[in-house]
Amino acid sequence: MIELTRDTIDYTTLTESVRSDQAGAVVLFLGTVREMTAGRQTAALDYDAYPEMALAKLAELETEARDRWPVIEVAMIHRIGHLELGEVSVAVAVSTPHRPDAFEAARHLIDRLKEIVPIWKKENFTDGTTEWVHPGTTPESGETGN
Amino acid sequence: MKLDVRLFAQARELAGAEHVSVELPDSSTVAALREVLAAQFPQLAPLSPNLLIAIGTDYASSETVLSPDADIACFPPVSGG
Repeated sequence: MIELTRDTIDYTTLTESVRSDQAGAVVLFLGTVREMTAGRQTAALDYDAYPEMALAKLAELETEARDRWPVIEVAMIHRIGHLELGEVSVAVAVSTPHRPDAFEAARHLIDRLKEIVPIWKKENFTDGTTEWVHPGTTPESGETGN
Repeated sequence: MKLDVRLFAQARELAGAEHVSVELPDSSTVAALREVLAAQFPQLAPLSPNLLIAIGTDYASSETVLSPDADIACFPPVSGG
């Protein structure tokens, strides 16, 4: 399952969607909005996306993971819009027969997502300033998964 | 040929528009598009070394040749997650 949403991510349902009798291993990754980044305090994040391309790239990532690992099921969902501290911005769930593959595939999916899926975030700091996060141009920030 | 370019994230914010229109000779490349965008929209300068171009749902390289009906997007490096 691949989805962009403006609603709260139901990661319990997402995790259930990849479970199966064939899967001995299920890994769930959650990216969540973090308060402190390099000494600056975040109040909220805004996510923007190019939806058609983001969905196509997420589908490519699923294919990539299925080619490399014995994936049984993959689910990826990403929020867009305004997120408060502690909210889940992205969830990736993967199931495989054995544990090493599930960890590796989940790691690969979230790392690649951040490299190629056209979704951007803007920090809203508590001092009233805002800043787009762009790799290579500003410090990495925004969620616990970095 | 006249090309419509969709902008996203900080590129959209800096240009103050969701779409921009640019005029290029037929069979121009993505490299030429970058030059025209930089010249026509100097406000994109802070991003210009890093701006990405997509055609349809794929990233385009500098050598990619553009067609008038191409679905073109321009945006900064992605950050997701």
